[in-house]
Amino acid sequence: MELYLYLALFSPLAGSLFAGLFGASPRTKIAGLVPSLLLFVSFVSSTILLVYILSGGAKVHVEMMTWMATGDLYIPFGFVVDQVSVTMMMVVSLVSTVVHFYSIGYMDHDKGFNRFFSYLSAFVFSMMILVMSDNFAGLFIGWEGVGLCSWLLIGFWYHKESATWAANEAFIMNRIADLGMLIGIFLIYWNTGSLQYDQAFAAMNGLDKEVLTWMGIFLFIGAMGKSAQFPLHTWLADAMEGPTPVSALIHAATMVTAGVYLVVRANPLYDLIPHVGLFIASLGAFVALFAASMALVNRDMKRIIAYSTLSQLGYMFVAAGLGAYWVALFHLMAHAFFKALLFLGAGNVMHAMHDELDPFKMGGLRKVMKGTFVMMTLASVALAGIYPFAGFFSKDLILEVGFVEHHYIIYTVLLFTAGLTAFYSFRLVALIFHGEERYKLFGIHPHEAYKFMLVAMSPLLLLAIIAGSFKMTYFEMVTAVLPATEYHVHSAITYWIMTIGTQLFVILAIAFAYKKYANNKVKVPDGTSKMENRLCYKVLSNQYYIPYIYEEYLAKPYKELSTLFWKQIDMKVVDATVDGIAGIIYSSGEKTRVMQSGNLSTMLKWMVAGTIGLLSLAVVFGLAARYSGEIKTILSGLGV
Amino acid sequence: MEIGLNHYLVLSTLLFAIGLIGVMRRKNLLLLFFATEILLNSVNIAFAAISHYYGDLTGQLFVFFVIAIAASEVAVGLGLLIVWHKRHGNIDLDNMSTMRG
Repeated sequence: MELYLYLALFSPLAGSLFAGLFGASPRTKIAGLVPSLLLFVSFVSSTILLVYILSGGAKVHVEMMTWMATGDLYIPFGFVVDQVSVTMMMVVSLVSTVVHFYSIGYMDHDKGFNRFFSYLSAFVFSMMILVMSDNFAGLFIGWEGVGLCSWLLIGFWYHKESATWAANEAFIMNRIADLGMLIGIFLIYWNTGSLQYDQAFAAMNGLDKEVLTWMGIFLFIGAMGKSAQFPLHTWLADAMEGPTPVSALIHAATMVTAGVYLVVRANPLYDLIPHVGLFIASLGAFVALFAASMALVNRDMKRIIAYSTLSQLGYMFVAAGLGAYWVALFHLMAHAFFKALLFLGAGNVMHAMHDELDPFKMGGLRKVMKGTFVMMTLASVALAGIYPFAGFFSKDLILEVGFVEHHYIIYTVLLFTAGLTAFYSFRLVALIFHGEERYKLFGIHPHEAYKFMLVAMSPLLLLAIIAGSFKMTYFEMVTAVLPATEYHVHSAITYWIMTIGTQLFVILAIAFAYKKYANNKVKVPDGTSKMENRLCYKVLSNQYYIPYIYEEYLAKPYKELSTLFWKQIDMKVVDATVDGIAGIIYSSGEKTRVMQSGNLSTMLKWMVAGTIGLLSLAVVFGLAARYSGEIKTILSGLGV
Repeated sequence: MEIGLNHYLVLSTLLFAIGLIGVMRRKNLLLLFFATEILLNSVNIAFAAISHYYGDLTGQLFVFFVIAIAASEVAVGLGLLIVWHKRHGNIDLDNMSTMRG
């Protein structure tokens, strides 16, 4: 089994290095194919490991080599495949295999084809380290690795100003959060004396509650950055500047779920501090609603899906915060499938529409893009949580968790958000695929994507439909390591009312979206309609003015402060000191250069002066040595 | 008044000072050689006097070495000086600056 573990972990790295070899050479198909095939190898290995774990095998734990060993500190490069990490490995390797094959078609005409695959595989490798590491230090390597790769991939089209800006924003936001994460890790090491998961969590039982709370908070700050929770959420929507497969892989299926994974992984810690858990759940519910409301009015296809991701991450944090770790992981898995599918569908649409992102300028595309239409509709159905699609099982379970745990406010918020989710998902579908063919106004001739791209997407479609049926198998598997709490509403009638009520609510929201946006009266908004001039519309479409506030009240004062420090302290103190030292040396050289006149007479004079100087020094030292006793008494009298 | 060690040493110091000033002030290469000889001989006087004072012949032996070396040095130096004078028509120190630093 160890062989499969190494295969699953290192084949993406091999793929990345292979594609990297072609980094400077022109586009070659092989630079895309080999990483994709290697990723498929990784996927197969993960599947074998999953089957092994499912059939009751013990967890696979290897220590590849020692990383740091000094004194009491011992950190190995250790990897573990247990029920939790194998789930994540499956999700990561499956989605990224699909995305890799899809990208061969999507990036077909891009100059940076080879470079793209190198980055993409490196990202998968980092994510694999993140989920497979058996200690916090290894997790942190993966954590930083995905941060770096996301920077590379968001800013992939580096000649676009907006792309580099978004890449930097994502990186800086993550950096702020990573500081919190790092402090959390230091706290854990300081208090438990180990970074290995099993040892650290075992030692936590005996710790002070206050210390545990701080650990929980700081680790969660790290999770907030990666999973783009409020107030560090702005980078996720801006990250849509990257190529669409990147959005599918990083900003839907894998990297942003790292935060959820961290909380799930640290479940023994969060079980000890339920008040932090409640905070996480409340923040999650808030973000779910907050992000969904922004998605309602947005006019950028990819941003709508990005906000939906944000909202679903909120759901996952609700579940994780309330102690239902397996539910969170389950929703993470289901969400990865249909969200990646949605993004890849959006990629097809973008290709067809020549990178047009405004769904109001599309319409009626179902006639030309049948395959994409079916896939995106089904993915949206799954996202909305209609029975029997994947979203129904995972999302309704989170609602039930909220209800059973008696957090009725959270439950209501999530229920309302479920309606909003259904509305904005189908608003998007209706605007893109139904109604009048508005794209004709802009002279665009859309076409369906390559066949093999649709084929590559089909495993995701299949899983988005059937993933819910794995619920019980999955439950039995992960509860070997996660708390096995089953969430059942006590009375059967309440349960049925809740389930059917939710379903009706969601279906009504879908119907409303269709009624409003699937007809022929939809026009391209020009800023004159009544709705667009309403206050709430403006607030929502400007993302609650949060990016504006960040820009105006954080970035600008910071820039001014930096300018001040640069001009006043750096230029006038630091630089002046350094320049002064250099100036002294330079001018002394300039002045003493005159001594070297080449005139024998002058040199003789200097020689005499030197001799006299040395002689007088010798006399002084001779005297000092002779009278050293007296000098010492005088000095001690002075108190030296 | 008997002439003692101190008198010799004072004479030696005076000659050394004269020689040193000569080395610093003279611009004529020949006179510079003179000044150097004065320096060497002032040291010789000191050597001989102290050697006599202690009754140790080592100092006087040193004087012979110094005289021998000074003679050969002057021989070489004067040879170079004559060549220089033949080429440039003068032996002024201030003109000897072709190897300017």
